[in-house]
Amino acid sequence: MSAGEHRDHSQQTSHIDCLNLQLTIGGRVLYNDINLSLKPGEVWAVLGLNGAGKTTLLHTLAGIRPAGAGQIKIKAKPIEQYTRIELARQIGLLLQTQQDPFPGKVIEHVLIGRHPHLTAMQWESKQDYQLAQQALSMVGLKDFENRNLQTLSGGEYQRMLIAMVLVQQPLCFLLDEPVNHLDWQHQHQILKTLVNMAKEQSNSILMALHDVNLAARYCSHCLMLFDNDRIAVGKTSELLDQEKLEQLYHTPISTIESPQGQIFIPR
Amino acid sequence: MTNETVHQLSASRQTAYQRIALLAVICLGSFLVALSSGNIAIPFMELINLFSDDANPLYAQVVLELRLPRMIHAFSTGALLALAGALMQVLLRNPLADPYILGISGGAAVFALIAIAIGLVGWIVSASAFFGAMLAMLLVFGLARGQGSWTASRLLLTGVVLASGWGATISFILSVAPDSKLRSLLFWLMGDLSFASNIWPALITLAIGFIICMYFARNLNVLSLGAEQAQSLGLHINRFRWQLYVLASMLTAMAVVQAGNVGFIGLIIPHLLRLMGLRDYRLLIPAAVLAGGSLLVFADTFARSAFTDTSLPVGVLTAAIGVPIFIFLLYRGVKSV
Repeated sequence: MSAGEHRDHSQQTSHIDCLNLQLTIGGRVLYNDINLSLKPGEVWAVLGLNGAGKTTLLHTLAGIRPAGAGQIKIKAKPIEQYTRIELARQIGLLLQTQQDPFPGKVIEHVLIGRHPHLTAMQWESKQDYQLAQQALSMVGLKDFENRNLQTLSGGEYQRMLIAMVLVQQPLCFLLDEPVNHLDWQHQHQILKTLVNMAKEQSNSILMALHDVNLAARYCSHCLMLFDNDRIAVGKTSELLDQEKLEQLYHTPISTIESPQGQIFIPR
Repeated sequence: MTNETVHQLSASRQTAYQRIALLAVICLGSFLVALSSGNIAIPFMELINLFSDDANPLYAQVVLELRLPRMIHAFSTGALLALAGALMQVLLRNPLADPYILGISGGAAVFALIAIAIGLVGWIVSASAFFGAMLAMLLVFGLARGQGSWTASRLLLTGVVLASGWGATISFILSVAPDSKLRSLLFWLMGDLSFASNIWPALITLAIGFIICMYFARNLNVLSLGAEQAQSLGLHINRFRWQLYVLASMLTAMAVVQAGNVGFIGLIIPHLLRLMGLRDYRLLIPAAVLAGGSLLVFADTFARSAFTDTSLPVGVLTAAIGVPIFIFLLYRGVKSV
């Protein structure tokens, strides 16, 4: 598919459907009724205060923690009907924290992302290895293959984790604060790469973000998690405004016009 | 780009295979040393001669009836411990984990010591130790499970607490046991291969354990990234952790039954191999069998031939040989990074 000629995704099967999803944490109900559908090519931002439930939502959608109530469908099939390994081919999850007690080389680590595509005794092929190299150069770690994880900076480590979820090649990416630790250059480079990938390969992305301006610039849709069990779902252009953001963050906000569109800053 | 890629991939794997081949050579070397040294020194050439018609009957008897079974015991015990150690370190995601950390050996020791203290010998001591190991395993299994969900730290805490309970029981048995039994009791605790009798149970356990580990090997790579990441990569984490726990416990139980508490191997061999660059469990597992096995064969050979009038418990020597090797690799590793 050439650039500029993107498929109309609205008629396609959603990657993820949430029906009356209830989120609970430690026995406390955070949200009672989340309904959303994530379609191919869409890039979603999840916005909310610390502890609002962004990570809980991502983990629930990835199937690694149970929903309080309601239903999640992956490509129109209930999530419970997938085996773990089938689910891992559909959904990739970038965690906020990850630590390996036995750190090895960057390339070894990234290749573990191929796990769901290999059978029990199978080794990674040359194609898998090339895929890992491509992913590393996509996140700006081209010459880092043989570096030990211990020698990476926080931002380099984060980009290595992004490369790992890229080689997993899921349909849908759930990214928990993907720009954590990243400098401006890499924030924009990586978000651009991800958005292009979603458009060109019909992937979908749902990511927890703390930078509203990045959400405004790169995300087609937003999910706002207010307190008091209230959410707002919709297109970024229609949803993001000063009033809602002030309610969301309990902070007075100013809006500034810029060549890149509206910029929100806390007052 | 493509050629270079292929070259790099095969080059790094080649290096790993070369290191495993080196370990195999060291392992063969340990076999030769074990068969030829002892109170009666047998030249290497005579070992080959054993298979011809003009073999020295004394040599044949010493090698085939005494040293060969003993060497097999040592090898299988060392290999079992190294495997179990590697599994425990992934299961608990803790570099300090070793096969004994969850109290499997403590349970085995309590029952073995009771058997020795009341004057039982031979296979009954082994059977008693095995019973103790299984009891310890089930206790940790039941208690760590609690209300269903458990974490690596919950398992670790349960195991460590029970292990200290077993430890206290061991001290109690040692303090009330008759003086005449103390030496046997202490040797058992320090790790000693002279208790071993039948070679087959450990060898068969090792073979089965090795095959299962190789089948699981990539899952181990995945699990070492942590529970959440492993799940999101498609691992059925609860099932896999319990499988791993039972497997590691069985390997440990068999090693303990054979040789008592041989320290050091299960903790250090996996780290030693990681320092050699063998971090991928598909490479580390075969390497652990070779390295763990040969370290214990060397140690046992020295333990029984260092003094002519007595033999040392092998546990004393595993550390004596292993510590310098480990420090050397650690020092070299730090410099090269």
